[in-house]
Formats: sequence, structure tokens, C-alpha cells
Amino acid sequence: MSAPILESASPWFVDFQDVWLAYNDELLKQNHFAVEAIDLQVRKGEFIAIVGPSGCGKSTFMKLTTGLKMPSKGKILIDNEPVTGPLKISGMAFQAPSLLPWRTTVDNVLLPLEIVEPYRSNFKAKRKEYEERARKLLQKVGLGGYEDKFPWQLSGGMQQRASICRALIHEPKMLLLDEPFGALDAFTREELWCILRDLWTEQQFNVILVTHDLRESVFLADTVYVMSKSPGRFVVKREIDLPRPRDLEITYTKEFTDIVHELRGHIGAMRSSAPAASGAITQ
Amino acid sequence: MSKKQIETWAPWVLLVVFILLWQLLCTVFEVSEFVFPSPARIWTQFWEFKGIIAGHAWRTFWVTMAGFGIAIVVGVLLGFVIGSSRLAYAAVYPLMTAFNALPKAAFVPILVVWFGIGVGPAILTAFLISFFPIMVNIATGLATLEPELEDVLRVLGAKRWDVLVKVGLPRSMPYFYGSLKVAITLAFVGTTVSEMTAANEGIGYLLISAGSAMQMGLAFAGLVVVGAMAMVMYELFSAIEKHTTAWAHRGSQNA
Repeated sequence: MSAPILESASPWFVDFQDVWLAYNDELLKQNHFAVEAIDLQVRKGEFIAIVGPSGCGKSTFMKLTTGLKMPSKGKILIDNEPVTGPLKISGMAFQAPSLLPWRTTVDNVLLPLEIVEPYRSNFKAKRKEYEERARKLLQKVGLGGYEDKFPWQLSGGMQQRASICRALIHEPKMLLLDEPFGALDAFTREELWCILRDLWTEQQFNVILVTHDLRESVFLADTVYVMSKSPGRFVVKREIDLPRPRDLEITYTKEFTDIVHELRGHIGAMRSSAPAASGAITQ
Repeated sequence: MSKKQIETWAPWVLLVVFILLWQLLCTVFEVSEFVFPSPARIWTQFWEFKGIIAGHAWRTFWVTMAGFGIAIVVGVLLGFVIGSSRLAYAAVYPLMTAFNALPKAAFVPILVVWFGIGVGPAILTAFLISFFPIMVNIATGLATLEPELEDVLRVLGAKRWDVLVKVGLPRSMPYFYGSLKVAITLAFVGTTVSEMTAANEGIGYLLISAGSAMQMGLAFAGLVVVGAMAMVMYELFSAIEKHTTAWAHRGSQNA
């Protein structure tokens, strides 16, 4: 019974202890897991990136972290609390901005406040104040002047900025991004990297970034995790010790490209040995 | 004339050309007015019987609107239930599809037994024939929610109801108005078909009695009136659709 005391003293913000997830009971019986044996500890305010081939369970990992899915085995602690259901301290954004076309940009950003407590109960009374907050946030990501436009009047990059604003409006402690820049062109993408970097530097929330883009992960994250596919496991942990604040110029330095190369090597090795490994595990 | 103006006038021009051609064929080949009346004959009969036609048309109109009104209420409610619950969708949808495949005209004799000759069968036929597209469209709008968006909201503690009200319903509105356009024309079909056998009033009744009296001009005039009413209502709902859900028609708006 000494465990709770230990936990409360835990320095970790995100703490996965040997977490396994099978999507349903049948798959569980067959020992077929979407993600396996995740042991992961993240400091408060740390920016982590998860890279790996498609279908390796990155999105499953996000669902576990936000409490949308419960693990089949193991334990997840977020901010020293065991996860028991959807975690309101998190904000999410995906590759598709999925803004509501009948709401203006600022109304889209306000949507979470209409749903999550404690904002929900006083939303009508404090609407002005919240709207002000949403407008400020939009201006910060370079959408000043577009607040009252409809999403379909914005470019893809602008929509994605609005989507990130929507994820941040309720000041979450943890931001989860699932390939948020995947559908954007290279220049827009780099622009948004910097916006995300600045938001994070200013507000110091935790970020979990799922991505295919190794340069993106190295540029933004404190720690990069490489996931393997079937079984979905974390196979490599790489601390990125590049100095902060990081500028886009850093992506052209040798240290930077060396790290990208190294990660690329891990993924390449995994891909070539994947069939053998998966054969061994599904047994 | 701009391209837009030409587009606006095109249907009217086509209509005039069509009528002229019709008149020409009737005159040149001396087609009997009892077999296939010319537009001129239809017009004179229409003018001669305008009072009678107006009475029947009004009856058909309000009966159709009553049936259509019930169809909206029932269609929206059923669509809401089916679209918001997977179980209800699985259970109800196949049955509804089977029901929709039945010819609604076949219900008329049954409805006559239950409700007698008069407005009852006509209203119900209009309802039966027109609620299906409304239901399907509401259900589709609700059921095809992006899973990412649902995750974004669920993680904030959104209940099913929140997601339905904030996202599902507004999203299904363009589908809903789109379905009204289809449903109103179907409702006119239902009313007319029913009136042909089960009423002593209405355009359907007029068609049958004019036909049996060999008043072909009058019968055709009745058809034109139903067509015109259906088209006016279609355009009305089309205009409502454009005004209420402009966000879904942005392509035409920017042009």
C-alpha cells in the first residue's frame, strides 16, 4: 500500500507503466495488441515527438494518453492522476483541421469553451471575455484580420492554425498533435513549426507530436521516440540536445542532419527486419 | 446578355419553344383534340374552367402541404433517432428501405377502408411517399461525422447530446433542405395519385372526371397546374436552402 505515496512523489507528468492495448476482447484473447509494453516517462513541459511507419499505433497511443481508450494492461498516470476517462486537460489537433464551416473562425475556436467545464457554465455570461481571448490567440498565430472569416475562406495552412488555436483555447496542460502539418506544403509547414515552437515556449504546456516527418520531430522536440509497427512498441528514445531557442537555420547544420540520419537509420532497420519480428511476436 | 442571364432565361425559352412545337405539330397533322389537345385548346379549356380548376388546385395544395408537414415532423424525428444511434440505424434502416420500395399507390385502397373517401387517404399518401428522403438525409448528415472532430470534443467531456446539437444537426441542415426539395414534389405525386381513386375533390379527381368525359384539354390543364404548383414549391425550398445554409453552397457564391 505504499504505492500511492510513491506515485504522488513522481516527477513525471506523463507516466506509462507497461501499457498494453488490444482493441477488443477477441483480439485480447489472441494476444493481438495494437500497442505493447509501453514504458514512457515525460517531464512536465516536455515536448516529445513520436515517429514511425503508418499504422504503428501512434494514434492509439494518443487515444490512451487522452483517456479516450483504456489500456488492456498496465497503468497510465497523467499529472500524477490515474487516467479514468477523457482527459479535459488535453487539447487535440489532427491532420484535417475539421473546422465547422457554418461557424466563423473565432466561433470555431470558441467551440471547446461551450463544452468543457468550468467555461461551459458561464459561457453566456463571459462570452465577451472569451471571445477576446480567442481573438488574441488567433492574432498570435498570424490570423489577425481573419477572425470573422469562415474556414472555407482560409487557406489550408490558416485552417490548421485555427485548429491549433481551438486545441489551445481552454489552456490545456497537454497538447496532442496527430500529424498536424502533414497536408501542408513545405514552406507553410516550416512556418507553422515556428508558430508551434513559440506557443510552446511561451505557455510551457506538454506537447505530444505524432509525425512522419523526422526533420519536424528533431526541430521541435526535446525527445524523439521511434515506434515500430506490429508490434506497436517504442523501440528508440533519442534526446535532442540541440540548444534552444532553435531557429530554422539549425535544420541546415551538421548536428541536426546527423540526428535526422540516425533516426532514419533506426526506421530503415526496423522496416527491413519487420516481417521476421512480427512473425515472432504474433506467435 | 451575360452568361448568367442566359442561364436564367434558358428554361423559359425552352418552354416557349416546346409549346410552339407542340402547337405546330397539332395544327399541321390535324390531331384530334379528343386524343391529344393542342396548347391553344388546353389554354381555352383552362380559362373556361378556371374557377373549378382553382378550387381543385387549392384542395390539392393544402392536402399536399398537410401531408408534407407530417412528413417533415416524422422524417426529422426518425432521421434523428436513426442517425444518432448505431443500433437504431442497424435495426430500422433495412425495414425502412423495404417499406420505401413498396408502391405508395397500393396503399390508397387500404387507406380508403380505414379513413373513407376524402382528405384522409390523400394526406397520408402524400406523407408516406415523402417522409423517406427527409429521414434518410437527416440520418446521413448525423451519421457521417468526422471521427477526429468527435475525438476533439469527447476529450473535452462532450456528451453525445453536445456533439449532436453543436455539430450533427447544423451539419445535416443542407441535407435536410436538399431533401425538402425532393420530398415536396413527391408529396404532390402522392396527393394526386390518391385523389384519382379516393376523393371527390382535388386535381387528381379532376383528371379522372375530365378524362372520362373526354375533356382532354381540361385534363391536361389539371396536369399543368399540378406541375406548376410543385415547381413553385421546389423553387421556394431551393431559395430557403440557399439562404439558410449558404456555407454549404460556397462554390456558387464565389462565382
